Formats: sequence, C-alpha cells, structure tokens
Amino acid sequence: MADPMRIRAQASGGKATVRILMAHEMESGQRKDEAGHIAPAWHIQEVTASHNGNTVMTAEWGPGVSKNPYLQFVVKGARAGDTIGVRWKDNRGDTRSDEATVS
Amino acid sequence: MPSRRQALSHTAALAALLAGTGLFPQLARANSNKAFDAKTIQDALAALGAGALSESGDVTLSGPDIAENGAVVPFAFSTTLPGVRRLLLLVEKNPVSLVALFNVSAAVEPAFSIRAKLAQSSSVYAVAVMDDGRALYARKEIKVTLGSCGT
Repeated sequence: MADPMRIRAQASGGKATVRILMAHEMESGQRKDEAGHIAPAWHIQEVTASHNGNTVMTAEWGPGVSKNPYLQFVVKGARAGDTIGVRWKDNRGDTRSDEATVS
Repeated sequence: MPSRRQALSHTAALAALLAGTGLFPQLARANSNKAFDAKTIQDALAALGAGALSESGDVTLSGPDIAENGAVVPFAFSTTLPGVRRLLLLVEKNPVSLVALFNVSAAVEPAFSIRAKLAQSSSVYAVAVMDDGRALYARKEIKVTLGSCGT
C-alpha cells in the first residue's frame, strides 16, 4: 500500500480549502528506462472526496498529472471539526483513503 | 410458467433500462476511458459528449508563462458560471491531451488547483462542460525549457 496522503483543510467564511499531497509515482507509460524499455503506465485514475461521509467531488485523472500529485479544492459549508475524506484508485487497482479534520 | 423466449426478452429490456439510468458505473467509466485515450483535444471532448467549443471570459486558467521543469507545472482553473457539470484540464501537445477531469457538485466550488506534466511547450486549455452541453474554454500558452515525457 502506498504512503499516506497529507491532507490539510482550513475553514474560513463558511467554506473550507482542502489541500492534498498524494504519494504516487504517476508513471506516464511514455518514459524509457536506461535499457530502452518503456516503463509501463502506473497512475491514479480516480479520486473521490467526501465531507462528513457524503461524496462531494469525483475526479478522473490521466497520466498527465505530475508525480506525487497536489490537489486543491474548496468545500462549501464545511466548518472546523468536520471530516474530509479522500480516496484514490490507480490503474493497477491499488487504493488509498485518508481522512483529515477541518481546522 | 414463462417461456424461455419471454424470459430472454425481459432480461434484455431490463438491461436496456439499467444502461439508460447510468446504474452501470463501468459503462460510465468506459466513456471517459476513451477520452483519456484520445490524442487530441477535439477527440477527448467528443468522447465526453461535449458540444460546440467556444472561448469564454467566465472561465479562468492560471499557470506560469515559462516552466523550467515540464514535469511539475502548477495550474489553477475555475469558472464563475452556474450550471457547470465538469471542469477539464487539457494540454494540446501531450501524448494524452486530457490531464484531469473533475465532476463538479453543488457542494464544491468549480475551482481546482493541480500540477501537470508538459511534454513540450504547448497551449493548455481549461474547459468547463455545462449542463446544456456547451464547452467553454480558457487558453494559456506555456513555454517549457525541459520536457517531461519521453526521456
């Protein structure tokens, strides 16, 4: 299983800004290694975010997202103490989900 | 007892019904898979069923003018328009144009920041797909001094 995500969620003015750093190689499937073999694609395909258990955003990613992806978005109506959950799934079927409390 | 013929036709009708309601997530994903296979922006948008593409001042895209490292280029994109269904980030000259697709719900603001790879200097598009099928975009030209894909 991959390393945990770093999630920060800060509330201000009736909404919360969520910043996420994920740990993932995000291999594009285009890159050649020293021996000239193409490294197979390995990247996050689906990202889901939830607020107090309710899904608020889903995303689909291709190989063009940078290594160790950074994502920022704003959840309306989130207050300090609420829970923000994030889950991703990559093209090998690996998943990772983490939670953070809004501060 | 229903005949075999009746049973078969019922099954087919039910499958058609379910497919129509989008209860098969695999089928929905298959659609966007095609968009992530597309080599050009037009093909990617066509695979997502987006209609006419037009430039709009209500969609914003910000990023650097010059990226020293094409492997990590920060972008922020958003729209102020109501009724936006999806926000997309596309890079014209990447091997796979579509970088990311966000399904916008009423619970989040239609504004996202993400870091993308750029294979070479290219136009980058932020596209807002509206409920009525229109596709509105903002465009930015990015110069890359060191590409990310390939070597």
